[in-house]
Amino acid sequence: MNGTVTTGDISSAMPSGATTATEKTVFDHIHSWLVTVDHKKLGLMYIIYGLVFFVVAGLEASLMRIQLAMPNNHFLSPQLFNQLFTMHGTTMVFLVGMPLIFGFANYLVPLMIGARDLAFPRLNAFGFWLSVCGGLLLYFSFIGGEGMAGAGSAPDVGWFAYAPLTGKAFSKGHSTDYWILGIMVGGFGSIATAANIITTILCMRCRGMTLAKMPLLAWLNLIMCGMVLLAVSPLTAAQIMLLLDRFLGSHFFDTQAGGSATLWMHFFWIFGHPEVYILIIPAFAFASEIIPVFSRKAIFGYPVMVAATVAIGFVSVSVWAHHMFTIGMTSTANTFFVISTMMVGIPTGIKIFNWLGTMWGGKLRFDTPMLFCIAFLFQFLIAGLTGIMLAAAPFNWQLNDSYFVVAHFHFTLVGGFVIMIFAALYYWFPKATGRLFSEKLGKWHFWLFVLGFHMTFDTMHIPGILGMPRRIYTYEAGRGWGVLNLVISMGVILQIAGILIFVFNLLRSARKGRPAGNDPWDAWTLEWSTSSPPPEYNFAEIPTVKSRRPLWDIKHPTDPDWKYE
Amino acid sequence: MNAAATTSYLDPATGALTNAAADAEARPRPSKGVLGMTCLIIAESAIFTIFVVAYLYYLGKDLAGPTPRQVLELPILNSICLLSSSVTITFALRSLRNGGTKGFGFWWLITIALGAYFLLGTAREWHHLIYDKGLTLQTNLFGTTFYSLVGLHASHVVVGLIALSMVMAFAIAGAVKQKHAERVHVLALYWHFVDVVWIVVFTVVYIIGR
Repeated sequence: MNGTVTTGDISSAMPSGATTATEKTVFDHIHSWLVTVDHKKLGLMYIIYGLVFFVVAGLEASLMRIQLAMPNNHFLSPQLFNQLFTMHGTTMVFLVGMPLIFGFANYLVPLMIGARDLAFPRLNAFGFWLSVCGGLLLYFSFIGGEGMAGAGSAPDVGWFAYAPLTGKAFSKGHSTDYWILGIMVGGFGSIATAANIITTILCMRCRGMTLAKMPLLAWLNLIMCGMVLLAVSPLTAAQIMLLLDRFLGSHFFDTQAGGSATLWMHFFWIFGHPEVYILIIPAFAFASEIIPVFSRKAIFGYPVMVAATVAIGFVSVSVWAHHMFTIGMTSTANTFFVISTMMVGIPTGIKIFNWLGTMWGGKLRFDTPMLFCIAFLFQFLIAGLTGIMLAAAPFNWQLNDSYFVVAHFHFTLVGGFVIMIFAALYYWFPKATGRLFSEKLGKWHFWLFVLGFHMTFDTMHIPGILGMPRRIYTYEAGRGWGVLNLVISMGVILQIAGILIFVFNLLRSARKGRPAGNDPWDAWTLEWSTSSPPPEYNFAEIPTVKSRRPLWDIKHPTDPDWKYE
Repeated sequence: MNAAATTSYLDPATGALTNAAADAEARPRPSKGVLGMTCLIIAESAIFTIFVVAYLYYLGKDLAGPTPRQVLELPILNSICLLSSSVTITFALRSLRNGGTKGFGFWWLITIALGAYFLLGTAREWHHLIYDKGLTLQTNLFGTTFYSLVGLHASHVVVGLIALSMVMAFAIAGAVKQKHAERVHVLALYWHFVDVVWIVVFTVVYIIGR
């Protein structure tokens, strides 16, 4: 517990910020971040880690878009193209998505439930550094995939690594082993952190905060972490089997010895489908905190929001085989997975209507975080609708593994998840740094990114319907996909411009932004009651709450919420 | 920012800030250790479930022998030892809660011995299967799924035994006191989980699979 009260400053995490220290050396700063068990520092490191890999995976996508911008292009080699789509997908899910959601959960959950840290601070640091090791292990494959002596090669088996391609006979060298081990190590970190957050939420809420008075963000993260426990472990199990196959010669996924390639598909998607809900539920959580504040209304239908999320969690573990309609399952199985998948639309629809109900009749403020939330509502609705289309097995038989599917899941993960990560970064940036970001640059980022996003991913549905398969290296000129692909690739330029403005805004505002004060948004949850950035112990006195909006009660003593809840 | 008020939240053991002072007045909350261990057990259960599913899925699909019926024998004594270690660890915990550190050490040692005997039994079974029956991980699907499922469980027994032995070392050094009962209880939960998993593995491998 050394150090000053304000060491939660984000600028000291950045290379440029370290030079501004007066009495402490750069090494002292680095040391304090390396050994920290503080949930805020670990949260920020998770977020920075996720953002760094977001840029890396974004560059990988950009290279692929250059390759696909024109027919018969030879900008990349086919081998490199395979590695790029594998690394792009793997990175975005495991090294961007997971660190970002755990970063925000780490930073926000204790502050929002009035606790001083997570239940197990050292386990928290352990989980973070495991994730870092997993990421570095995966990227080390670029130089070490064939062993130190030979040239490196990154994994090229696709992010779902279907058998028997991953078998020793077809994936020589160690690139696939890096994929297995990197993700497995990161998975251990995810399980540890999920257990930590669940324990924190159930054991460490401040006085008066019953489960029914918890901020929705804490509720949704509780459900998300429960899903991590149930979903990440099957992947770990399947990866142990794959490792046994590759190193000890067992036959789990070895089709020539009676093993089953289909079983890997089942095991992977038992993880893989809940995983996308694991990513999107924190996005729902951000929307459920930000939209009420910028609509100046309490969230509409709080209990229904919780129930709908629990329902999504339940249904999500029984939908995995909608990724496998084309492999020839029985019609009973097909029917089951069509119905269960379509059922997800019900609780998700309830949530969308509740956010609209929150905005309805509210006094809307269109600051940058709210703009991203509104874009999220539109884009996630479209993503859900194409999801319902793909859930119909006969439609899926036509479009499975086409660019229509690629457009669909990028609508959920970029149009939903990434957009809400931006909203959350803008919304909580003043809390983490104590400074306001530039609203003008924020709006530039928003419009450039959203415009680029729609140029790329709206257009991408069409070549999919025209029959363009995903993961192809190049295509012939006469197919009629050329112009569409050029438009798709042009959209990337706008997105990159938006991201550059975002990074510039973040770095500059962290050092030169106007002071934010404790509560720049006039918000209602506990994190805004402490200083910005919060002291290491978060709260000098553990707060007591009486309603879901404790700061509203303090600001409006004559009309407190607890009279009505 | 009252310094005195802040220091009262320092945890005496770790020096970390805790909610202890605030929680003292609040209604009782579930134990962090128990809840954390429960989360681990849920995650571990999911891992075992996948291995059990693989075992059942590949049952009888071997392209070549030997089959489970030909080579597997019921490990009755082994199973009795492991399951009774769940009873002895409960005795050990009861002794510790009542302040009897001697009784704790005795029952704890019995628990370790029973666990070690189980492991020895598994080792002998595997030795017999490998050298007398010629069944390895590579032989057929039965070998693949049998060694991985039983081996996954055995590796959990090994981890459990290491943890139990560390507590035993502390107990011999006289460092395990009545106030540590809650922490020992958390470890005991893990040991119970390992035993319960054995009931599942036993049923799947030696009863259904044979």
